[in-house]
Amino acid sequence: MSGFRIPGKGRVDPATPVSFRFDGRKVRGLRGDTVASALLANGIHLMGRSFKYHRPRGPVAAGSEEPNALIGTRRGPGRYEPNTRATVQEIWPGLEATSQNKYPSLKWDIGAVNDAAYMLFSAGFYYKTFMWPRSFWDRVYEPFIRAAAGLGVSPSREDPDSYASRYLHCDVLIVGAGPAGLAAARAAAVDGLRVVLVDENAEAGGTLLSEPQARIDGRSAWDWLSAELAALKANGVRIMTRTTAIGYYHQNMIGMVEKLTDHLPDLPADTPRERMWRVRAKQVVLAQGALEKPLVFHGNDRPGVMLAGAAQTYLNRYGVLVGRQPAIVTSHDSAWYAAFDLADAGARVQAIVDTRADVRAELLAEAEARGIKVKLSHTATATSGRLRVKSLRVNPVRDGKVGTPYTIHCDTVLMSGGWTPSLHLFSHTRGSLAWDDDLTTFLPKDTPEECVIAGASRGLWGIEAALTDGADKGRAVAAALGKAGTETAHVVEADRPGTGTSEKELPTDLDPSRAKAFVDYQNDVTAKDLRLAVREGMRSIEHVKRYTTNGMATDQGKMSNINGLNIAADALGKKQPQVGLTTFRPPYTPTSFGAFAGYHRGAHFEVTRKTQIDAWAEEHGAVFEPVGQWRRARYFPKPGEDMDSAVRRECVATRASVGMFDASTLGKIEVVGPDAVEFMNRMYTNPWTKLAPGRCRYGLLCGDDGFIRDDGVIGRLSQDRFHVTTTTGGAARVLNMMEDYRQTEWPDLQVWLTSTTEQWATVAVNGPNAAKLLAPLVEGVELTDDAFPHMSCAECTVAGMPARLFRISFTGEIGFEINVPTPMGRKLWEAVWQAGQPFGIVPYGTETMHVLRAEKGYIVVGQDTDGTVTPHDAGIGWAIGKTKPDFVGKRGMARPDLVAKGRKQLVGLLTEDRSRLEEGAQIVFDPAQKVPMKMVGHVTSSYLSDAVGRPIALALVEGGQDRMGETVHIPMPDRTIAATITSSVFLDPDNARLKI
Amino acid sequence: MLLIHCPYCDETLPEVEFTYAGQAHVVRPADPSSTSDSEWEAFLFLRENPKGAHYERWRHLHGCGRFFNAVRDTVSDRFLTTYAAGAPRPDLSDLIERAK
Repeated sequence: MSGFRIPGKGRVDPATPVSFRFDGRKVRGLRGDTVASALLANGIHLMGRSFKYHRPRGPVAAGSEEPNALIGTRRGPGRYEPNTRATVQEIWPGLEATSQNKYPSLKWDIGAVNDAAYMLFSAGFYYKTFMWPRSFWDRVYEPFIRAAAGLGVSPSREDPDSYASRYLHCDVLIVGAGPAGLAAARAAAVDGLRVVLVDENAEAGGTLLSEPQARIDGRSAWDWLSAELAALKANGVRIMTRTTAIGYYHQNMIGMVEKLTDHLPDLPADTPRERMWRVRAKQVVLAQGALEKPLVFHGNDRPGVMLAGAAQTYLNRYGVLVGRQPAIVTSHDSAWYAAFDLADAGARVQAIVDTRADVRAELLAEAEARGIKVKLSHTATATSGRLRVKSLRVNPVRDGKVGTPYTIHCDTVLMSGGWTPSLHLFSHTRGSLAWDDDLTTFLPKDTPEECVIAGASRGLWGIEAALTDGADKGRAVAAALGKAGTETAHVVEADRPGTGTSEKELPTDLDPSRAKAFVDYQNDVTAKDLRLAVREGMRSIEHVKRYTTNGMATDQGKMSNINGLNIAADALGKKQPQVGLTTFRPPYTPTSFGAFAGYHRGAHFEVTRKTQIDAWAEEHGAVFEPVGQWRRARYFPKPGEDMDSAVRRECVATRASVGMFDASTLGKIEVVGPDAVEFMNRMYTNPWTKLAPGRCRYGLLCGDDGFIRDDGVIGRLSQDRFHVTTTTGGAARVLNMMEDYRQTEWPDLQVWLTSTTEQWATVAVNGPNAAKLLAPLVEGVELTDDAFPHMSCAECTVAGMPARLFRISFTGEIGFEINVPTPMGRKLWEAVWQAGQPFGIVPYGTETMHVLRAEKGYIVVGQDTDGTVTPHDAGIGWAIGKTKPDFVGKRGMARPDLVAKGRKQLVGLLTEDRSRLEEGAQIVFDPAQKVPMKMVGHVTSSYLSDAVGRPIALALVEGGQDRMGETVHIPMPDRTIAATITSSVFLDPDNARLKI
Repeated sequence: MLLIHCPYCDETLPEVEFTYAGQAHVVRPADPSSTSDSEWEAFLFLRENPKGAHYERWRHLHGCGRFFNAVRDTVSDRFLTTYAAGAPRPDLSDLIERAK
């Protein structure tokens, strides 16, 4: 073990060493260490390179706000995560951690030339540099930016871990298990209230873990903590650690991510890596504490320069001395205590440099007792050292003048620029903030949510103040829930309340235009950049943020926002509240995609609906395609067949003898009631009054704007009952539209709508032998043109099953659709399959169905129409009941633009060279015109057609129905194809084939 | 996620059970064919876009399936009230007073 570990200090377990690898090198830590604390225990501060300048960086913080020490973590194949904060990742034996933004090595990095060229990389660099010449964009600038952009390297394999998702309902949710949160939980855990206490750290305690010197109610802080946690558990409080409240959403819904396995040496079977909690809490207490701010001075990013509070945490929580010769630079009392703790642990504190003239006598006395030199009214103006800080340059400041510099040799610089209340979640609630001049920070004011904020996150410093405020707030939320919370009072000895001032960048005697005084470490934004942004005209803090990228990194301004605001406000000559604060947005810390996706991945990404016949199709080698949420058989290839040859065979067999098709996915809606016919008259364009029971009609549904929405064959089963079919993908939409009109426009109609899509399995049988095949199976209906003509429907028995039989055709052949109760679907399918064997029946899929219908010019809504196509455009104006006084879409179709000349109309296309067109290809009248050409339409459907003897296509073409026989042109990347406009009905225009 | 009170179920339930259905109190003319082009245009397309209280329709799709009306503040995203389809517009000043 190295000399930076202090025996007897910290909460790590000295009996359990843990080895892991950092950039391939073996590192030993102790159980309880983070990657950062273990590396620091080995004297390693250099943990990464910065994003833009590739400057060497070490950790500045000890918690989730860390901007610099970002690492990749790996656990075997597929388990790699970039941008993990080394300060948060707990170590386990075998962990592989790697530093980022370096090439070829962390200590010698080629990208660091950016640092020397830093004058080029000032604010707005991208906007200024990559402007011209235009031809450089594709080949020079974009590849350069893409190579340079991004933090870390994305994982390259599918994530083998699983992620869970849970809901949680509670009375009180407390975010943050420091003293304020613990006290709030104790006060609120009364009378059966369900209280949940969450903390992002591996253990509860917050600041108590870093301040073991405190004595609470006569006990040491850590003894008090363990007793208090036991008491909370006994009172029924649910304590969740390693759980980050990432966002505060409407009406007290809080999103939380619980990390379950990242700290474990062995992955337990069946445990998700992370769990996303959606918590609905009646009351919320936010006790997230405060975050320490860096001081802004030249060289404040060198490895070894870190927050004083972080050094105190590394010492007291992890037993690690971050340096043997620290120098302190501060504007706040808290850093003095860090100096004292480090001195007491054996460090030789080189000096405490304070920007303030007056510091409490008690602190001065403590420093003197330890023999620490104190420099008041001083500024820090530079640091030196290549990969680790070696010295600090300081100057006295008198009457605003920066005096002669001198050098303090040191191996670490511990800084504190004061503390910023953590207001992220509070801001998510749209809570308003109030500027506090004394604390030079924003404090929480009002929130529309049932939420209170306690402790340091509302500007109260010290453990006793946090405990008292937490208990008050715990009682307040209990009272809001009608309960009397527990009365508690705490006495804290050796507490460390303190005050300080908040600075902009520190005064300097060096050329400020050459200073690298960092405000946002992760995005490499300096004070100079912020001032430049203001000089160049940025007035709003939102513009300054976007121009400089201050606060836009993964730490989301946790460290940089207030320093950035102080500097921007100073440059603008305004007070901070007039300049405002940028918006905090969820998530609070970077959150894995896996946590958001939860169970919704792979086969569970979306519902897959399957029909009763799906398994048969699979057994018979079907190739499937998704339609809506259904999985539909697309074609049934025989060995050696590709799609074209399989589809051709299916088409030929169906037109020659008979084919069968699973139409179960068609949407079905039962429209029932005394006013069913009136409702149908109003919804659909067609007239329904005279349709006799036992007959069907093609129904066309439009919107009130006059455009086609859906279509389908509709059978009238009795006076008051219609069996409506819709497109597969449109079923839910159509029912919603029908319900909308029924409920809100015509509530007086006596009509009921029921979705029956999943109640009926539907088998379509088409072909010249369809009636011959089915006749022996059907009881109760004679399958002749006289008894059961085309467009008939009946309730009957088919193969012994109760059925609704329709004689309809989407192929142009004699056709039947047999509906049986869904559980009987496969039985019916197999009965038809058996009966069809003598006829050489083929099963066909959606692709063949599309070809057969296109040969007849039957449209597919959503393929041949696109929401701007009227019935007239589609050539199906005959489906409109012209004498009806009103129906949905009637008035819309009379709109000026819908009756104008030159609308795109559906026509057929036959290519002159007999090639197959591409669906979606654009059409022009004159192929010789200059680019960009005037496009006059596009190909909507295109297929090879054996029945027609050449490829066919449907297309929307301007004024197409008046251009029969004209030639249009379809420019493609390699050539221009000429095609003749024809009728959209390519086959059997007289419908002779429909006769039995 | 919002919590929405269904006036028919008389329960306050999560937003995922509901779907938005556009502005409320847009009445389809009794005889559309007698409307002018501009009247029909207004019915089809012209909608309010207020900063503040908005009368709108929702459907309790994954529940009772019924459409109802609501007043929602587009700034705070709070529902000021929900009420049955066909009921008259509630008075805004009362609602805003109550929300305070």
